[in-house]
Amino acid sequence: MIQAIAFYLFATIVITSAVMVIMARNPVHSVLWLILAFFNAAGLMVLVGAEFIAVLLVIVYVGAVAVLFLFVVMMLDIDFAELRSGFIKNFPLGIAIALVLLAELILGIGAWQAGAIDLGTAGGATAPVAGVSNITALGILLYSRYLFLFEAAGLVLLVAMIGAIVLTHRKREGSSGRQDIARQIARRPEDATIMRQPATGEGVEL
Amino acid sequence: MDFGLSFYLAGAEIGLAAAALLLLLVTAWGGQRAARLVTIISVAALVGATAFTAAVMNNGAGLAQTEAFFGLYRLDTFAGFAKLLIYVSTIACLIVTPRYFERRGIYRGEYAVLMLFNAVGMGMMVSAVDLMTLYIGLELSSLSSYVLASFARNDMRSAEAGLKYFVLGALASGILLYGMSLVYGFTGNTSYAGIRAALTGELGTGALFGVVFVLAGLAFKVSAVPFHMWTPDVYEGAPTPVTTFFASAPKIAAVAVLARMTLYAFGEQLFGWQQIVVFAALASIVVGALGAIGQESLKRVLAYSSINNVGFLLIGLATGTPAGASAMLTYLVIYAAMTIGSFVALLMLTDDDGVPLSTFADIAGLAGTKPALAWCILLLMFSLAGIPPLFGFWAKFVVFQAAVQADLVALAAIGIAASVIGAFYYIKFVKVMFFDAPAGAEATRHVARSPAAHWAVLVIATLFISPLGFLLTPWLGAWSNQAAVSLFTLA
Repeated sequence: MIQAIAFYLFATIVITSAVMVIMARNPVHSVLWLILAFFNAAGLMVLVGAEFIAVLLVIVYVGAVAVLFLFVVMMLDIDFAELRSGFIKNFPLGIAIALVLLAELILGIGAWQAGAIDLGTAGGATAPVAGVSNITALGILLYSRYLFLFEAAGLVLLVAMIGAIVLTHRKREGSSGRQDIARQIARRPEDATIMRQPATGEGVEL
Repeated sequence: MDFGLSFYLAGAEIGLAAAALLLLLVTAWGGQRAARLVTIISVAALVGATAFTAAVMNNGAGLAQTEAFFGLYRLDTFAGFAKLLIYVSTIACLIVTPRYFERRGIYRGEYAVLMLFNAVGMGMMVSAVDLMTLYIGLELSSLSSYVLASFARNDMRSAEAGLKYFVLGALASGILLYGMSLVYGFTGNTSYAGIRAALTGELGTGALFGVVFVLAGLAFKVSAVPFHMWTPDVYEGAPTPVTTFFASAPKIAAVAVLARMTLYAFGEQLFGWQQIVVFAALASIVVGALGAIGQESLKRVLAYSSINNVGFLLIGLATGTPAGASAMLTYLVIYAAMTIGSFVALLMLTDDDGVPLSTFADIAGLAGTKPALAWCILLLMFSLAGIPPLFGFWAKFVVFQAAVQADLVALAAIGIAASVIGAFYYIKFVKVMFFDAPAGAEATRHVARSPAAHWAVLVIATLFISPLGFLLTPWLGAWSNQAAVSLFTLA
């Protein structure tokens, strides 16, 4: 009972917030609705027992991708009113594309019901279902069977980081922009000011 | 699964990765001053890895059980052969590097660290018996290569080369991954042994697409025609020491990967991939020979020469026999010596201000000013052209012999014809150096003295391809045979 209630709650919120993503006038609100949609999709994943994907959705999509979107939307000065102004003009084209997609969906589902397409033989045994949660199962595999690849993947990320630093990091020339209080205090008036008596019609040479 | 044995078999990669991580800290603290020291220690680490791999190969104890990490990794004679070649090439490239960058004041310790990570990636590639190991190794090697290509970041051409290499390399990785996903989907396996077992009998359409995409992705990495377009641009734009590296070690690794993929994973489907490899071989030989003819830039000419050589390597592979694979490996060793030698010679052609002599006009009359260098280039060029007393002839000979034995006479005949066309531009080097007068007194630039390290690498490479190299043929042949046989041994 509670599962059904939770499912309908999450599903309704996902659909509502997804609609709100495209309906919201303010792009920042769109991104916030998107984050809500991600959270509820993660809830749905928990319900079907894929808690690893749920965690991934929250960490990767909410934590990184959506926040990045938010930054981009806030930083770029896009005139969304102008983007929307062509709505009526492009309406027929949009309808046409929607119809094509609908036709493809119907065709695809029809073909699927008629039987799978035969491209070749897939021979191979699936792994037995382990009696542990899928985070545990993934962890056991990653740190035993795929230990070598897991560590090597870490090296790939490290190389990417080294590369980014090597190619972009530059030592600043001249002032470092840091305040050196001792030097400021040690500065004497005679170091900083000079008295000059320029003659009329001549410049000052410093 | 015994982790101790796995760590032992992967010892070279683990040691190199540990050395790279340590040296990364040294560069972080030492900065530009530590660059020389880091390079020297990196060379030492690579020498250590070479010695370790050779010891494991000689020992034979590890070879009773070659699979490591639950069948993800294999150190058989083939992998050992390729690794030794890769490490030695990388050492040669590292030795000649510092001078070039130091003259421009841009040498940093990260260069050597990236080379070490690259060597780790290449070692994984040639040892991979699983699509995942292959892909991670390939990315480790490619990512560091992209950075190395644009290491001279204030130089427009270097940055351009890096960007081009990155965009096209990412595209090729995508194609390769797509092919791998299809192969996985239609065989239900990522391990080569499993793929081989699943691909017996009739090759399904889906699996065929997978095979084609995987071969296309790998063809990009070995720069075989029709996926060669990036090669001249990247080789020309990248700093010369980096080009030396690109033309040797990563190419050796990619050829070894291609060989293991076709002969082992797709080994049951010879007719599925043979025509693709035959086409790539012929197209590479012809495009490599014809494309170089109009070029003025020496680096572009050598880039086309490397495309041409890949074609000959693929002839050996196309036979699909142990003899062909053995011929390909022999060719690979000699190719590495020739290509490193010729690029190092190019590296030594700089004037007093450190500006490279980059066109044929610049090297006119070199025999008069720098006879030793000119004679070395002459030997290397004649060897690349495959002219008999030199060792390059032996390389082409064994490959053609294998092709004829495998009833690919037409392929061998076209290859021989195209190698005659290719001889044109190799001989053009000699003609310009020995018989052309310098363009004019003020136009000729004085060729600067080269450091002893450059001379050492050049002389070793030249001695290897000189007729003295033939003394090595029994040993080289036996070793190639052993490696080729291990490639065909099913675990």
